Amino acid sequence: MYRIVKKEKLANDVVRFDVKAPLVSRRAKAGQFVIIRVSEKGERIPLTISDYNTSEGIISLVAMRVGKTTALLSTLNEGDEIIDLVGPLGKESEIGKFGTVVCVGGGVGIAPVMPIAKELKKKENYIISILGARDKDHLILVPEMEKISDELYLCSDDGSIGFHGFVSDFLKELLEEKVLEGREKSNFASSGTKNENINNINNGNINRVIAIGPAPMMYAVSKVTRPYGIKTIVSLNSIMVDGTGMCGTCRVEVGGKTRFVCVDGPEFDGHEVDFDLLLARQKAYHQEERLSMELYEEKCRCGQEKALW
Amino acid sequence: MAGNKSSDKKKIPRTKMPEQDPKERIKNFDEVALGYREEDALKESLRCLQCKKPRCIEGCPVGIDIKSFIRLISERKFDEALEKIREKNSLPAICGRVCPQEDQCEKECILGIKDEPVAIGRLERFVADRKLDRDFGSEPNFESNSNSESSGLGKEGSGKGSSIDSLSRVAVIGSGPAGLTCAGELARMGYKVTIFEALHKPGGVLVYGIPEFRLPKRIVEKEIEFVKSLGVEIKVNMVVGKIFTIDDLLNSGYRSVFIATGAGLPYFMNIPGENLNGVYSANEYLTRSNLMKAYLFPEWDTPIKKGKRVAVIGGGNVAMDSARTAKRLGAEHVYLIYRRSEKEMPARIEEVGHAKEEGIEFVLLANPVEIIGKDGWVDKIRCIKMELGEPDESGRRRPIPVKGSEFDIDVDVVVVAIGQGPNPLLTSTVPDLKLKKSGNIEADLETCKTSKKGVFAGGDIVTGAATVILAMGAGKKAARAIDEYIRTGVW
Ligand SMILES: Cc1cc2nc3c(=O)[nH]c(=O)nc-3n(C[C@H](O)[C@H](O)[C@H](O)COP(=O)(O)OP(=O)(O)OC[C@H]3O[C@@H](n4cnc5c(N)ncnc54)[C@H](O)[C@@H]3O)c2cc1C
Ligand SMILES: Cc1cc2nc3c(=O)[nH]c(=O)nc-3n(C[C@H](O)[C@H](O)[C@H](O)COP(=O)(O)OP(=O)(O)OC[C@H]3O[C@@H](n4cnc5c(N)ncnc54)[C@H](O)[C@@H]3O)c2cc1C
Ligand code: SF4
Ligand code: SF4
Ligand code: FES
Repeated sequence: MYRIVKKEKLANDVVRFDVKAPLVSRRAKAGQFVIIRVSEKGERIPLTISDYNTSEGIISLVAMRVGKTTALLSTLNEGDEIIDLVGPLGKESEIGKFGTVVCVGGGVGIAPVMPIAKELKKKENYIISILGARDKDHLILVPEMEKISDELYLCSDDGSIGFHGFVSDFLKELLEEKVLEGREKSNFASSGTKNENINNINNGNINRVIAIGPAPMMYAVSKVTRPYGIKTIVSLNSIMVDGTGMCGTCRVEVGGKTRFVCVDGPEFDGHEVDFDLLLARQKAYHQEERLSMELYEEKCRCGQEKALW
Repeated sequence: MAGNKSSDKKKIPRTKMPEQDPKERIKNFDEVALGYREEDALKESLRCLQCKKPRCIEGCPVGIDIKSFIRLISERKFDEALEKIREKNSLPAICGRVCPQEDQCEKECILGIKDEPVAIGRLERFVADRKLDRDFGSEPNFESNSNSESSGLGKEGSGKGSSIDSLSRVAVIGSGPAGLTCAGELARMGYKVTIFEALHKPGGVLVYGIPEFRLPKRIVEKEIEFVKSLGVEIKVNMVVGKIFTIDDLLNSGYRSVFIATGAGLPYFMNIPGENLNGVYSANEYLTRSNLMKAYLFPEWDTPIKKGKRVAVIGGGNVAMDSARTAKRLGAEHVYLIYRRSEKEMPARIEEVGHAKEEGIEFVLLANPVEIIGKDGWVDKIRCIKMELGEPDESGRRRPIPVKGSEFDIDVDVVVVAIGQGPNPLLTSTVPDLKLKKSGNIEADLETCKTSKKGVFAGGDIVTGAATVILAMGAGKKAARAIDEYIRTGVW
């Protein structure tokens, strides 16, 4: 059993859990994930390791409530236990000294971006972060990301904070700006904050983009960066069962080849990913998922299960 | 009884196995073969000639004293019969059910020459079940798998002495039949054994692959309880190679490691359309259904597509299990597409028979060339007819496509059951472990020794997909060799 030592609500439907898992914390690297099960009859679902503390033996998971399993998870409290947790799974992120890296996080995707940005920062990359969500209440981990980032920009679909629009739209503007006008653009980014105390090591080039969020967002970002030829890394969230390369549930096509996200990924070159296939495969069980959720909510209403929050 | 003349015995026909009616059983996941009643077992045991030179024993990969245990049954000494079996086989209720007896013990039985062989597997199952049934009355505790990692790798370090007591720790990776057997054997010898299992439930293919209707999971759980009762600790949710490496194990006090990670890599056909929704590897299909209990959805959370028209590709046990699962999930048509003829099918004869009784439609001498989709979902499977040519290396006649003979079948689910290979997840983290070209571990078949000192390997990860009993046999040989290695230090 894996004890929850801390629970924190990050947004209305997003929770962070610090979980005691000493062995996992010892091996965890940015980009990796765990698979958990929260009930005896429950599904196995993957969640990214969004932070890890080896000395305390703790890993952090950030989960957005989207269906039955994440709803059940969100009812757990400090002191409760997650019955199964396996990891660290997947390959770790490539952490090199690239130069300037734009880290794009969409919604709950900000959580997996964070550890990567952190490691990249340690390697002295110049980090430009673009974080987006539906509205300002759904923007999570902003203070944490601010600490890591040299430049930080916020976006919201409804305009309630920062740039009014998608992160991909903002990125497009940023790229145009950078390419057309070079690096010096003091008036730019009215929607963002800039860390003044950090020397400007960005020479105007953007060497790499890391984008994590819902598949349509990663698709859009990849489309934006393609004409610029900027290497774009995305972290794919395909449906999984075992997470060890045994079942093939998580297969995607990258560069025309079938790959398993759980062992070959989760990070791939966004310009090579067949996003249409990923999007279609993510929907494979929509009907069943809806049924599961309806039955669960009905039970909650009848008081047979703990309330959702 | 032992005095009966052999000529009389031959006249007794092989005792039939009571089975669920096919019309009924395709509506449930309960076991098909119901098991011998006491009178069936007694009757069948009397058929055995108690040969002076029992050939049957040579046919059993673990060398069970078949002759003696059958005699004990005929004397109604059922507990002793079970003890006799357990001397050589710690998982009798499982082997009695899933061994391909027709190729092993029963193939060699002298009665089989002129008549039908003694139903050795069914008798083995009978004595094992009899004991289990009594135990089930007393509410066993299945929830005691240690999935807490708080104890870490275990107590650090151990002395450098040379007696079993002080160097007693052995790690086993994988809890399928090979790992369970090796662990059980070593525990009996006095070793302290820890099994590390990647999934949340121990048992390997026995829990995630072979369906409930052929091997009830409570039986597997019970047999695992037995292995645990010998002192074996099972840690689930531990993917070795990810959470730690084999060297970590060797450096933290384990004297030896046995790798028994099975054949956990699904093969696909590499034809167009294979990534459409509705196309499953058999591993996924069976794991969803068996391990995750998707057949009980929505009571259990994991979903599975319940196709109306399902195509299963392949002709082995895995294909039969997938096809019969599809039928039970409510498919109106289940097509089993196999590129050779029925004679060449590698599946157990009994299972081919069961599949036919259940209305599985065999599409033989046909090979899929493309899966055609509609809106992202499977819609049709296109096959080409095959004819049999000259025998290939395996001795089976090689199938050759017939030009221009393509035909389509309307389907909404496709299950690819053309085989499994070695999963590289663990082996790729052990650079000094020699692999074969196939990716299987190179290990001595008698001692299970690998190229890495202190590391042994056996079961499907060495041989490629094989059988439960062969995996167990390997586990046993490994236990012996591990014991010798630890006692002598000689590699
Ligand atoms: C590598 C990886 C890392 C992830 N990291 C995070 C994270 O850090 N935080 C977070 O909130 N979410 C993360 N996800 C997504 C998360 O796994 C899904 O939201 C979760 O499985 C939904 O389960 P549910 O029962 O609540 O919802 P459901 O109603 O079952 O499903 C909602 C949607 O989630 C996806 N999904 C369903 N079942 C699975 C499954 N078994 N495996 C993967 N996806 C599934 C499907 O696209 C589905 O449409 C990650 C996914 C992957 C593959
Ligand atoms: C559907 C199906 C039906 C079959 N039917 C029959 C039958 O009727 N009769 C018969 O004799 N045989 C049958 N077989 C074959 C038989 O099940 C296998 O030959 C046998 O299970 C092999 O045993 P094993 O111990 O080598 O591996 P497995 O049973 O595959 O067990 C390996 C275990 O290792 C675990 N593992 C893998 N990697 C790691 C890692 N890195 N760290 C920790 N754990 C790991 C896996 O999760 C798994 O639990 C069938 C196989 C399948 C798939
Ligand atoms: S273990 Fe298998 S081969 Fe050996 S006697 Fe039993 S059924 Fe026959
Ligand atoms: S070979 Fe057949 S008849 Fe002879 S001892 Fe074995 S089971 Fe009995
Ligand atoms: S989740 Fe099973 S192979 Fe990736």
